[in-house]
Order: sequence, then C-alpha cells, then structure tokens
Amino acid sequence: MSFIPGQPVSAVVQRIEIHKLWDGDNLILGFSIGGGIDQDPSQNPFSEDKADKGIYVTRVSKGGPAEVAGLRLGDKIMQVNGWDMTMVTHDQARKKLTKKNEDVVRLLVTRRSLEDAVRQSMMQH
Amino acid sequence: MDNESQYSGYSYKSSHSRSSRKHRDRRDRHRSKSRDSSSRADKSVTIQAPGEPLLDAESTRGDDRDDNWGETTTVVTGTSEHSVSNEDLTRASKELEDSSPLECRRFAGPVLSGVLGLFALLTPLAFLLLPQLLWRDSLEPCGTPCEGLYVSLAFKLLVLLISSWALFLRPPRATLPRFFVFRCLLMALVFLFVASYWLFYGVRVLEPRERDYRGIVGYAVSLVDALLFIQYLALVLLEVRHLRPAFCLKVVRTTDGASRFYSVGHLSIQRAAVWVLDHYYTDFPVYNPALLNLPKSILSKKMSGFKVYSLGEENSTNNSTGQSRAMIAAAARRRDNSHNEYYYEEAEMDRRVRKRKARLVVAVEEAFTHIKRLQDDEAAASPKHPREVMDPREAAQAIFAPMARAMQKYLRTTRQQPYHSMESIIAHLQFCITHNMTPKAFLERYLAPGPTMQYQRENGSRGRQWTLVSEEPVTSALRQGLVFSLRRLDFALVVTVTPLPFLNLGEEFIDPKSHKFVMRLQSETSV
Repeated sequence: MSFIPGQPVSAVVQRIEIHKLWDGDNLILGFSIGGGIDQDPSQNPFSEDKADKGIYVTRVSKGGPAEVAGLRLGDKIMQVNGWDMTMVTHDQARKKLTKKNEDVVRLLVTRRSLEDAVRQSMMQH
Repeated sequence: MDNESQYSGYSYKSSHSRSSRKHRDRRDRHRSKSRDSSSRADKSVTIQAPGEPLLDAESTRGDDRDDNWGETTTVVTGTSEHSVSNEDLTRASKELEDSSPLECRRFAGPVLSGVLGLFALLTPLAFLLLPQLLWRDSLEPCGTPCEGLYVSLAFKLLVLLISSWALFLRPPRATLPRFFVFRCLLMALVFLFVASYWLFYGVRVLEPRERDYRGIVGYAVSLVDALLFIQYLALVLLEVRHLRPAFCLKVVRTTDGASRFYSVGHLSIQRAAVWVLDHYYTDFPVYNPALLNLPKSILSKKMSGFKVYSLGEENSTNNSTGQSRAMIAAAARRRDNSHNEYYYEEAEMDRRVRKRKARLVVAVEEAFTHIKRLQDDEAAASPKHPREVMDPREAAQAIFAPMARAMQKYLRTTRQQPYHSMESIIAHLQFCITHNMTPKAFLERYLAPGPTMQYQRENGSRGRQWTLVSEEPVTSALRQGLVFSLRRLDFALVVTVTPLPFLNLGEEFIDPKSHKFVMRLQSETSV
C-alpha cells in the first residue's frame, strides 16, 4: 500500500458494493471516513505509510450497510463508483460517497491482509 | 559666533598641505623615509608605546588649523618640510621644537574667528551707543516702542551668546590639512554682513547725525536678526547636514586586517577622516606589532635550495631549463607542508595561552580571597584581634605578589607585556579593589586586547599625528568609490566609501482579523 508520488499505485483491491439505507431523509452508508490530501496524514492510525493521504475507513457502524457488504475498519478506499479516491480532499470524498441520486456505491478497497493473502498464495506455488 | 578655543587633552594634528600635490608627494616620500628611521629609533627607546611612539617625526610641522573654525592663517611655516627630512634630530630637540610652536599655531584660527564673532556681537551695541555718546542732545526722545526694541535686542543677543557658546565654543579636536570650506564661507559671510552694516551705518547715520533714534534701534535689531539667521545657517551646514547617514565607510587596518564599517553623512574627506579617527580609538583593538607575522621557521622552508644531480648525457641547455623547472616544481611541492606546520603551531599556541590563562585566573581568584573590605563596625567591635588596616594601595601591593608570576607569564605569552608595566598592574588592582570588583572584572583588561584608547597615556600637549593620503583634494565631498588612507608611522587605515543603498519601502496591510488558524486534524465524516 505504499505509494511513490508520481508513480502509478498498484494494490490488491477488493470490490465492495454497498446499498445505501434510507435513514429518515438521508441515505446513509454506515461508516466514517478520514483522510484526504488536505488533512494531516501523520495522525492516521490505520495507514502503514504515515505520508499516505488517502481516504481510510475509520469507523464502521454495527449492522450498517457497510458492515454487511464487507467493509472493515482501516480499509483504504481506492475508488468510489469509478472516481479516484487516492488524491482527493476530504470533502470531495464525502461528496462522491453521498450522492443523493445513487443508491449503490461500488468501492474498491485495499487492506494489508489482502496483500498478505496474495503473497502467501503466491509463495505456496 | 563668539568662540574661544579651549585647550584639550588630545588633538589631532595632521600634516598640512596647501601646496601642490607634487609637493605633497615629495614630502610623502621624505616622510616615509624619515618615518622608517624614526620608528626604528623610537622602537629602541620607547618600551611601552603600543606602536605609537610618544613623539612623531612630523610633530614639528603643521599649521594649526582646528576643526571648529576655518583656517584663516595662511602662514606656511618654513621649518616644517626641512625638519621632517632631517633625520639627525634627536629626541630632545624634537621635544623642544614641539612644544612652543604647537601652542600658538593651534589657536591662531580660533582666536581670529573669536575676534570676528565678538566684533559681530558688539556691533549692535555700538550702533546703539554711538549716537547717545556723540549727539545725545539732538536725538528725538523715543518712548515705549524703543523700550520694546531694547528688550528684544537684549534677548536676541543673549540667545546668540548662549547658542554660540553651546555650539561653537568647543575645544578643537583636530587640525585639518586644508580650509574647512563651510566655516570659511560662514566667516566670510559674517564679515561681509557686519562690514556692510557698518558701511551703511557710517554713511547714513554717523555722517548726517541722524536724529531718529527709533530707526537706529530698529537698524540694530535687524542686524541681530540677521546674525541669528546666519547662526541658523551655520547650525544647518556644520552640524545637521552630516547627521543623516548617506555613506558607508569601510575602515581596514593594513597591518592586521582589523576592519569596521561605519555610517556617515555628507562630509568632506578631511572631516570624514577626523570622524573615522574618533571611532578608531574606541573601536579598534590595539595594534600589537608582535602578533603579526608567521614565525620565521614556517616561512623559511621554501627558500632552501635543491641539489640536482643529472644522470646521463651532459647537455647543458637542456639541463639548465630542466633543472630550473624541476626546482620550481619541487619547491612548489615542498611549500605545501608549511600550512601543516602553521596549523600545528597555532594549535600549540592556543593551548599554551589557555593553560597560562587558567593559571592566571586561579592565581588571581586566590589572591583576591586574601583581603576583604573592613566594615566600620568591625573595627570597633574586635579589639582583641587587631588587624593591620591598609589603604587600597597597600592592599594591592600585598596581594600582587602571589599573582605576579602568573600574570607575567600570561602577558608574555600573549605578547602584551609592553603595554602593562608592573606599576600599571598594581594601579589597576588598586582601582579594582576600591570599587569592589571581582577577580574577573580585574582580569578583563588583560584577557582581551582592548581598544586603543585604553592604552593612551595622558599626553597633554602633543596630539596624535596622522597623515591623510588621498588622490582627491581633501575638501571634496565623499562620493562612491573614493578611497583614502590615514597613515601613521607603522600602519595605515584604508577607508573605502560606498553609498548606502536607496531603500524602496513598500506597504502591505494585514487586517488583524485575518489571522485565523485551524488545527490539522484527521477529520472524520460519517457517510
């Protein structure tokens, strides 16, 4: 999950599809995000590289649509519905996630365990 | 404009020149020759002068033109040039020639200006008194308006007197080589003014025996007004104009490279020279000729010769050029080691100085613990332990003994021993004891070379002889790129003039409410 500025990022990602839930007037997804290029990356407890300004999942509400879909705490969101999430501000990320006319958000997330699993499986062969 | 010059302790005398530049060059050459010899001679006689012997070879010369008043004495004394180049002068005869001409020549200028000023001040009174004395009976009586004019006249004269005393009645600090242009101008102006007033007075009042006394009083008052304005002009030209900094002077001492930067206003070269010298005595560390050069052991290595053996055929021309080239190359290579030795020698010297300094500090601290100040009540309260009560001089002598050796060794290591005699050290010790100083305060005089002023002895009549060397006439104003130097017997100060840069100051307004800050946090948004 480390990145070199200017170089394309390669990561092992998982596709997660979350169906939004109607909560009164709002559509909620059931998790919280943190991070962004306008934030202080050194305070991110989930990132491996403390200079990583990507969007991370900081809280997953129990029983919410995100947990049901398989989102885990500490995941880094790489794409939302095709929109890139690795170089966006916090507010842009929030906007991309909370579009009122979309019912479903398809996320590409990555986490450390995914990479480890892939490496392990590669080593076994 | 009234002034009487007062006798000051130090005054600068610089060699005058109102002769042509060629003449000056010739004298320069003479001077440099005589200077070398006299400095050689002086160095053998005077032990304590820090590079500036008590008497200079050129101290016999000089029209005395002081700083405050224009040089109106145009007398060029014939003895000056010849006495310089005469190197057989012994010290005694130098002294003789020194004392008497010095006194009168220095004050000729101020005395003349004082006379002129006094004359100008007394003129209005004379204007008032002459009609009263000569034709009192036929004068028209003049009542209240005249009295008003009397009072105003009196006060204006008082103001003139006080401000002249405050501004112009200062002891001359320096004698300049040439006329001080502004002062000459002002004196000429005053003279012209007063002369024309007297002329008109003589023609219009004295001859026809003018009866309108009020008019005469008004005339006198107008003269005093005009004098006040001339004084204002003098104030602006002489004092105020050079206060605002316009040039930056870099002063470098030629012997050891000590340099300073100063800001001055618009001055002529000679006035700038005096200004620089004023600051030289308090800013520059004293010139110590013993600290100058690398020890000979380092520099002499490169001069050693090489023996070149030629193997093979005896081809003389080839060999000679080859030989010389080889020698030069070898010498160049060999010289490379001297920096190494210099470095080690410096390190060794530092170590030695520090060791001696440590010993000195310890010795002085210990010595100071031997005495303490006697409080008044102690003397009465302890009759059974009679202590010997000493005055500061005796106390100083008592504690000098344990530290004498350490002090002497330290001074010798730092080559300062010509500046401090035993007598002066005891005197300084006495001074420090009297003022309750700590050992560190006592030592500050010896641990660092102080400014030259610290080592001046009260030299009374004789001032310091400096020579102003410049390619431009010394009354011209400072401008960019000017270089002049001030020479003494064995060193010189080279002064370079650069103008201070023009400042383009812009403005930027910052609203105090615009200072806002946010914490750099990881904000969390729930979606």
